[in-house]
Amino acid sequence: MRAGIRTRVPAFLWGKMVRVLLLSLLTVATLAVGTDLVLAAEAEKAEKPYKITDGKVDKKTFNGWRRYTESCLRCHGPDGAGSSYAPSLVDSAKRMSQDEFNEIVINGRTNVSAASENVMPPFGTVEDVVSYLDDIWAYLTARADGALGRGRPPRIGE
Amino acid sequence: MKAMKSSRFWVVGSLVALCASGASANDELIKLSKDPNQWVMPTGNYANTRYSELNKINKENVKNLRPLWTFSTGVLRGHEGGPLVIGDVMYVATPFPNNVFALDLNHSGQILWKYEPKQDPTVIPVMCCDTVNRGVAYGDGKIILEQADTTVVALDAKTGKEVWSVKNGDPKKGETMTNAPMVVKDKVIVGISGGEFGVPGHVTAYNLKDGSKAWRAYSVGPDDQILVDANTTELGKPVGKDSSLKTWQGDQWKVGGGDTWGWYSYDPQLNLIYYGSGNPSTWNPVQRPGDNKWSMTIFARNPDTGVAKWVFQMTPHDEWDYDGVNEMILADLNVKGQPVKALVHFDRNGFAYTLNRETGALLVAEKYDPKVNWATRVDMQTGRPELVKQYSTQAGGEDHNTKQVCPAALGTKDQQPAAFSPKTGLFYVPTNHVCMDYEPFKVSYTAGQPYVGATLSMYPPQGDNHLGNFIAWDARSGKIIWSDPEPFSVWSGALATAGDVVFYGTLEGYLKAVDMQTGKELYRFKTPSGIIGNVNTYTHGGKQYIAVLSGVGGWAGIGMAAGLTKDTDGLGAVGAYKALANYTQLGGVLTVFGLPE
Repeated sequence: MRAGIRTRVPAFLWGKMVRVLLLSLLTVATLAVGTDLVLAAEAEKAEKPYKITDGKVDKKTFNGWRRYTESCLRCHGPDGAGSSYAPSLVDSAKRMSQDEFNEIVINGRTNVSAASENVMPPFGTVEDVVSYLDDIWAYLTARADGALGRGRPPRIGE
Repeated sequence: MKAMKSSRFWVVGSLVALCASGASANDELIKLSKDPNQWVMPTGNYANTRYSELNKINKENVKNLRPLWTFSTGVLRGHEGGPLVIGDVMYVATPFPNNVFALDLNHSGQILWKYEPKQDPTVIPVMCCDTVNRGVAYGDGKIILEQADTTVVALDAKTGKEVWSVKNGDPKKGETMTNAPMVVKDKVIVGISGGEFGVPGHVTAYNLKDGSKAWRAYSVGPDDQILVDANTTELGKPVGKDSSLKTWQGDQWKVGGGDTWGWYSYDPQLNLIYYGSGNPSTWNPVQRPGDNKWSMTIFARNPDTGVAKWVFQMTPHDEWDYDGVNEMILADLNVKGQPVKALVHFDRNGFAYTLNRETGALLVAEKYDPKVNWATRVDMQTGRPELVKQYSTQAGGEDHNTKQVCPAALGTKDQQPAAFSPKTGLFYVPTNHVCMDYEPFKVSYTAGQPYVGATLSMYPPQGDNHLGNFIAWDARSGKIIWSDPEPFSVWSGALATAGDVVFYGTLEGYLKAVDMQTGKELYRFKTPSGIIGNVNTYTHGGKQYIAVLSGVGGWAGIGMAAGLTKDTDGLGAVGAYKALANYTQLGGVLTVFGLPE
């Protein structure tokens, strides 16, 4: 074979091919974007661990607030807002992934130095906390997203 | 001045010599507490009046007061309590890690010695309401410290070396210590904290000489544990057998609480110590039917044996966490035309009680904040509050949000101690002005874990946008005489002086002086951090000083740091939901004030 064979496309077919090609590309692109949008929407819905309807929260998120108050408030203040000596978990939820959050809650974190005596205890063996990590995360994420304000969240059905 | 200094040394020296020869440490302390130039115990004196005869600083010249020297404690948590001044040495205790400093007032506060205990930091998260410490006590040449990890340690006052050390509890079970010990005769009286962890409360007496245990009295449980006998009365009637156990169901009393983390007072003539017990566990009243005796109770006990002479329960079957631990001020008053050895107590529950401290008879019980609403009154025959169903969290039940209850759980006053002036016959009281929604829910007990069982939202009373008042109170009639509103709860201990001035600190960090008669502000200075400590006074070299610790924290640092809840309309720019964090940051500084030369 001779190198550099050029396939000769008849001129009338060339235009048609381009049009078909463009149309296919457009279709594929549209399909791709459309799928992306659908996937993104589903992903967004799937990503939110909380459900809020008319300002009222689902059972999981309410339970997160309750468990937070029982086990976390005494250091981190009411509604995840922070105290004079422990950080705002609303801020933490903005910057952390759920995995990072879980790791700290389960294993604890110590920050002891000349100017600081902050100890986050490990809750890995505390049933009341570790069984409800998802719920607590749901509540804090709702707060971090600005979807939920301060105070006791009203429950769906209340 | 020199003569005064050396004569004071002589007095202290000779008293120490007396002690060495076996005389009672009590006599020394009584004598020292009557010397207004010194501040020998955290409460100022055994009666807890927080009143000083010093009058060089008075209502005419206090406007010229200024900070003269300062000392950084090196710790950044809530600084409750205040310094002792004995002779020419000032003793300062810090929040966790509970360092103790002895400062030489003759040499610009140079550190004579410091004690730096090594404590396991895992005790920190077991302290419900910040890692505070309310101060050290002095007795028989020793400085006594209650450490967070429940170690009670006696240090040589001259050298800071450990003389003895005992363990009073176990942080693994949620037990910690925050309060100031009291030396009574040859004993050290200490308490225990942990009402939010189901810790059974008790008061323990250790022998001052060697730290051996003398007695322990529980707040809740069998008679031989709570140290009551056939002569123990409540409102004149014997409490009878099993007075505590009868008021609990099943084994709930074993995690019943009634912790003893507040202040103690002592009457040397009657030979009685007085203190109050804290909340029953859990915060969910549905889980503990019964009156839950003897939580929320004023105790009068014999300091030699611990046996209770009389008791009085203020909030039977608590539904709101109104701990009864606030100070018991001993004052001789004319009540309804009769002179009475009185005991006055400003309870968390919003009622100010006046009792006969000899017999435990109830004389007066009135609201010291008009917004208190959970009860209409206290029945003077039975001593029981008459509840308002709407604000009863028991009536509302589990998983129901009971709303608009006043006061909030932190009470119309928490541990921040009031002062009494024998000149005016009035009390000067730092108060909170906060209400709450409270929703109980079922919880189970695990040693060392929170045993709370209620959620809480706090906010000021409807229509108000301030969170505190500093008031003058007449305990004879049960009336507010004057009231100064404050933007935040007044979380510091007050000081009243013969100079007709009352001092207190604010959460933004102001040290304030007000006119004792009118409450008019005469002086203010913004210290480095919010004040939750107690204002003390002393002299050195013939000059009067005012000393106070700054360092925001405590429960105020938890509940108010980020502002309170409920963004309600109509409160304007100066609205109530301001955050304390907008006004102050963490700190740890002692400031000493005086008049210019």
